Amino acid sequence: MLTQEEVRQVARLARLELTSEEEQLFTGQIATIVTYMGKLQELSTGDVFPTSHVLPLQNVFREDLVQTSLTQEAALANAPDREGPFFKVPPVLEDPA
Amino acid sequence: MEYEAVIGLEVHAELCTASKVFCGCATTFGAPPNNQVCPVCLGLPGALPALNRRALEYAIAAGLALNCQIASTCQFDRKQYYYPDLPKAYQITQYHQPLCTGGCLEIMTKQGLKRVGITRIHLEEEAGKTVHAGSTGITGAQYALIDYNRCGIPLIEIVSGPDLRFPEEAKLFLEKLRSILCYLGVSDGKMEEGSLRCDANVSVRPVGEQAMGKRAEIKNLNSFRAVQAALAYEIRRQMELAASGTPLAMEEARAWDEQSGMTVYMRPKEQPHEYRYYPDPDLMPVVISSAWVEEIGRTIPELPDAKYDRYTRQWGLASHDAWLIAAEQKLAAYFEAVVESFSGNPKTVSHWVLGEFSRLLNLEKTAIDAVKIRPRDFAVLLERLAAGTVSGNTAKTVLETMFYTGQDPDTIIREQGLAQISDVQQLQELVAAVLAAHPGPVADYRAGKAKAFDYLVGQVMKATRGRANPEVVRQILIAELVPAEKPAKQ
Repeated sequence: MLTQEEVRQVARLARLELTSEEEQLFTGQIATIVTYMGKLQELSTGDVFPTSHVLPLQNVFREDLVQTSLTQEAALANAPDREGPFFKVPPVLEDPA
Repeated sequence: MEYEAVIGLEVHAELCTASKVFCGCATTFGAPPNNQVCPVCLGLPGALPALNRRALEYAIAAGLALNCQIASTCQFDRKQYYYPDLPKAYQITQYHQPLCTGGCLEIMTKQGLKRVGITRIHLEEEAGKTVHAGSTGITGAQYALIDYNRCGIPLIEIVSGPDLRFPEEAKLFLEKLRSILCYLGVSDGKMEEGSLRCDANVSVRPVGEQAMGKRAEIKNLNSFRAVQAALAYEIRRQMELAASGTPLAMEEARAWDEQSGMTVYMRPKEQPHEYRYYPDPDLMPVVISSAWVEEIGRTIPELPDAKYDRYTRQWGLASHDAWLIAAEQKLAAYFEAVVESFSGNPKTVSHWVLGEFSRLLNLEKTAIDAVKIRPRDFAVLLERLAAGTVSGNTAKTVLETMFYTGQDPDTIIREQGLAQISDVQQLQELVAAVLAAHPGPVADYRAGKAKAFDYLVGQVMKATRGRANPEVVRQILIAELVPAEKPAKQ
């Protein structure tokens, strides 16, 4: 059974900040979803090759040719914040963990 | 109790393709920030990555050169983590099915030849470059600035087996690996530009123990010296902890602080499941036929090990010299071109290439492909030396002039009047003049002071600006001085 501790850990990995009420609420909801999906475990899939892609395509390549990039201004146009030619972001802090 | 270290390296090498691995942006180093970016490498919604065929072929070539099995099928996975240098919040990499597995690399250690396993090589994308503003390091920064030009440059991660035991071995491994990647032309191997760097995993255990201890991973080492110094420090640290009964309790990531010469704690080591890898649905599986692998194999040039063998076995070079030359592809090519034009012993060539020639290269910080001396001219100079046309000292002077002007040696010898004087009659006259001018040393010599003989030789050389054939001068001097006592020397 899914625990509140696991939900907290998944939230941490996804950089989501949850209140303890939300953790409790989501623990119940996610547990329901996992149980529902668990129904699939009842199927016998022993002779089915794991499917990661549904299209019958392979070896889709591009050649090593340089194409036009965005201009610096276009690249930065939608940035929430910038400094000169750089994207500006909050300081990169390590997880206290 | 005695402890030993167990070291494994994860080496990251940028592949030198013209365009990025999943988009057509250029990979030029040093371009203005955020000038080589597009919706794909910026992770904008709706952008679709497409695999650069050459990046894949380069990675396969690296695998072949490192004796790996090449997967017949492989695919790409998403590695989820949040870091601002990775705009998609995941990195496209290979986790479940790496491209290459089960290879090896041999290094020459003090204890002899050592085979180091290559566990796997996989292809992935580079992250962008972060500038931590407001401080000198990652801690205490006010904010960070990001340049995404590097984001999406193809990268191979080469993972060694836990087979290394000493910092010196780690350095040798890295040097050899760099040399091979440069030979293949798949990486420029420039550690100072960050296109080659490594993480080092290290743990300690009592000697004789098979199980491995908890390890620390030292991140982002970007010079051979840093690899060696960081490992030496970390091994000492862990051995002291183990000896005091408090070995590492948790696996951890550490950073190397160049200034203090210490490794510092960063964070607990990530566990693979935390990355929530899953197959990237945007990138189709890759099927690699054996015919394709063979075709790539045929593009691989003679590698440093094979050159080393040839130099030592066929050409008789000393082991150390052979490796110094073989390790650098361009130097090796130059050396071989000189040998090819030279009728004498290849050892003479290696002596001159590693000696005077390398001295000039280092002095002027000249890259081998910018050298003005044509290999053929180099060989001609060595021919003149072997024939006695010029003395060894004069040859050095001529080589220096060739280095700076690109002139051929015969012209320099003729125009500067540097040809060696071996004519006995001419030298006899010179010797007679020197003896007459230096009665003191002559008397000293006759009184048994052997040193005076060298002084007299030196005077003749001086009189001819180094052009006299020293061997002929010695013989004449001996003959002239013989009426007295036998020289103590000789």
